[in-house]
Amino acid sequence: MLEKALTGSKKYWAWIIFLLIVIAVGFMAYLRQFSYGLGLTGMSRDVSWGLYIAQFTFLVGVAASAVMLVTPYYLHDFKKFGKMVIFGEFLAVSAVIMCILFIFVDVGQPMRILNVLLYPQLHSVMFYDMCVLCGYLAINIVVGWTSLGAERKGIPTPKWVKPLIYLSVPWAFSIHTVTAFLYAGLPGRHFWLTAIMAARFLASAFAAGPSLLIVLLLIVRKVSDFDPDPPGVGAIQSLVKIIRYAMIANVFFYICEVFTAFYSSIPDEMAAFKYVFVGLDGHTSLVPFMWTATFLAFLGIALLVFPTRKNKVLLPIALLSIFFANWIDKGVVLIIAGFVPNSFDRVTEYFPTSNEISIVLGVYAIGFLLLTVLYKVAISVREEKAQ
Amino acid sequence: MSINRRQFLKRAGIVTALGIGGSIGLHGKIVEAAAEAGYKTSSQALNAKHWAMVVDMSKFKSEDDFKKVAQSCVNIHNIPDFGNPKDEIKWIWEDDYEHTFSGGDNEYLTDSFKELPFVVMCNHCENPPCVKACPTGATFKKPDGIVDMDYHRCIGCRFCMGACPFGARSFNYRDPRPFIKQINPDFPTRTPGVVEKCTFCVERLAVGQMPACVEASNGGLIFGDLDDPKSEVRKIVSTKYTIRRKTDLGTQPSVYYLVGGGDHA
Amino acid sequence: MYKGGKIIASLIIFVAFLTFPFFYNMGKANAGPENLAANTKITANTQCVEPASYMLANHMQLLNQWRQAYVRDGLTEYTNSQGQTFKDNLNTCIQCHSTGAVSNTVGLSNPAVKNVGVSSSAVNTSDQFCVSCHNYASVEPTCWSCHSEPGGATK
Repeated sequence: MLEKALTGSKKYWAWIIFLLIVIAVGFMAYLRQFSYGLGLTGMSRDVSWGLYIAQFTFLVGVAASAVMLVTPYYLHDFKKFGKMVIFGEFLAVSAVIMCILFIFVDVGQPMRILNVLLYPQLHSVMFYDMCVLCGYLAINIVVGWTSLGAERKGIPTPKWVKPLIYLSVPWAFSIHTVTAFLYAGLPGRHFWLTAIMAARFLASAFAAGPSLLIVLLLIVRKVSDFDPDPPGVGAIQSLVKIIRYAMIANVFFYICEVFTAFYSSIPDEMAAFKYVFVGLDGHTSLVPFMWTATFLAFLGIALLVFPTRKNKVLLPIALLSIFFANWIDKGVVLIIAGFVPNSFDRVTEYFPTSNEISIVLGVYAIGFLLLTVLYKVAISVREEKAQ
Repeated sequence: MSINRRQFLKRAGIVTALGIGGSIGLHGKIVEAAAEAGYKTSSQALNAKHWAMVVDMSKFKSEDDFKKVAQSCVNIHNIPDFGNPKDEIKWIWEDDYEHTFSGGDNEYLTDSFKELPFVVMCNHCENPPCVKACPTGATFKKPDGIVDMDYHRCIGCRFCMGACPFGARSFNYRDPRPFIKQINPDFPTRTPGVVEKCTFCVERLAVGQMPACVEASNGGLIFGDLDDPKSEVRKIVSTKYTIRRKTDLGTQPSVYYLVGGGDHA
Repeated sequence: MYKGGKIIASLIIFVAFLTFPFFYNMGKANAGPENLAANTKITANTQCVEPASYMLANHMQLLNQWRQAYVRDGLTEYTNSQGQTFKDNLNTCIQCHSTGAVSNTVGLSNPAVKNVGVSSSAVNTSDQFCVSCHNYASVEPTCWSCHSEPGGATK
């Protein structure tokens, strides 16, 4: 079926070539980093994780969000999502591969990365993270490809796929919970040491992932003959309901965090929140990000609560607001603010370098390339079947 | 017997996976088994059940008291000086009371106490969160209590740096060799991409010597086996007033600061 | 052939990629350790940690075991098959296998140089003994990015 990705319109090829250029630039930047060391990034002794791990954290959520389509459709027979599930699974594949790539570019000795499997440490959350990520990737590739292949041939999906699908549901929850546990179990980082971290991760994932998915599906509708949500089905609006409540839960959890920090007035609890909302010791680099995220979050929720969610122009705006609010929260603020203040109560700020940003964009481009190819295959199969 | 392409590929895949999986499993076992034969510790080695350090604050009054201690470590361990705090690598350094100890800010402390140089290094915790975090076992706890580093196995994920509540660990963000003033050929430098920290001079203890900082401190740093009732560290810790960093986190640090006693309040 | 032009062009590019290492290195060769067999005839009182024939075949395995024992198990002494004890430390090797070091009392560094002479063009005259074989075999160990090279030399 991959050959379907080799035929396309001029716009398709222009997009592919654009992505390849971004990938090439990112790759050259990575070669520089590989030879010099991670000092080419903005990371420091105090802020030892930066944009790479932050993108990984955010994208694990996007990957997990496929479960929001799989569960209603397969477990609860919610037929409306029927045409969309494959796109959710392929988005998950692309997101997990980006996660793995972000870890690879962040690690100081990438050639030794198999040490995690050669010398497994059962007490390390990171070991489990590698296992669940690779497992989830395998499940989604197998399930997605097999079911699409069966659909193309016009035969029912083989029986052995069903148990894998059922497995993917708790597995999706687990990848994001394990990732949250990376942060929530560290005794010295008070911004992260909260029981609600895993719940926040899941809520933001189930808001951000499906938001991106719907935006992508609207694009699919525009660029192809295939409509994943034909008029009268209402699949997108059903998914919008899920996004709305997930985002409300996410914001509520955040408010809970802020309350605990400030009502208790414990300095260690308040410090990082002060840093991101008003600045700490005169350091304010994350403040504009945090307030933008707050504004976008409330804007997105409002647009989805009111009938504006049915508006053709306002719906994508609402979804993108929610997506970017979550991206700022997880992909920019969460990781960096975890290191502020440092173990000595001092503030070291983090500013990504241009080399680092090139690598980030390169990895995103690889993810989008994969997404484009997989979506093209799915769309082509469906278009073919429709004839 | 004829098989089609799909069956052939399936069978080839299974055999390959078995082969690779099997060899990976065996690999770890072979290296570990071979290491058992014919190896022993030196007769001069210093042994303990729980190495610990007491920092006698009465001996650290000025910058100079501290400088020779730090220099001894830098010299023998090939610690680079990058000249900027971003890439900085430090195994032993000093900070003031307010920043070293949690809840240390108290505006009514005497000025002299506020400015005292508290020597800080890895605390070799009894319950180390960094060891828990490490996915490869590159940092591990030895039976004698020291939290050691294996630079060969470290993949540079920096999870341990996030886990350490004391900021004791440094990462090699770039090649350290050009920045080492005088390389000591008897101790390796490190390569970019690995994390490093104080290891209570395991290599010196193995040949019967005290850690370099202890020797250079002129009695300011007292090192010994906390499990031995006759050791000086045990006597100090059980009879005088000592404090440790961030004890509420439960990591049980092994570095004690002797602050109780006459000279300073 | 359907789309024959594109297929043949892609095939040519693919074969070029595949055979690139051979083209790139055509005509070049790293100098090898000449006369390796002669070098193992070392005088009676200059034995390596284990007999030379064993070391030839197994030095990497021994180094791996030493690393495991010293770094992770804290076992700093190795007793060889003849009952002699050595420190299982890379410095033990460097004591002999390095020209410049004061501790090199045996005079051995790169046996190839000693036995065949610097004048032989095929002999790699590096006094970093490990390098003389490893460059030739193109199997480069990463030891020296951390450990100080023989002779105490630094980059």
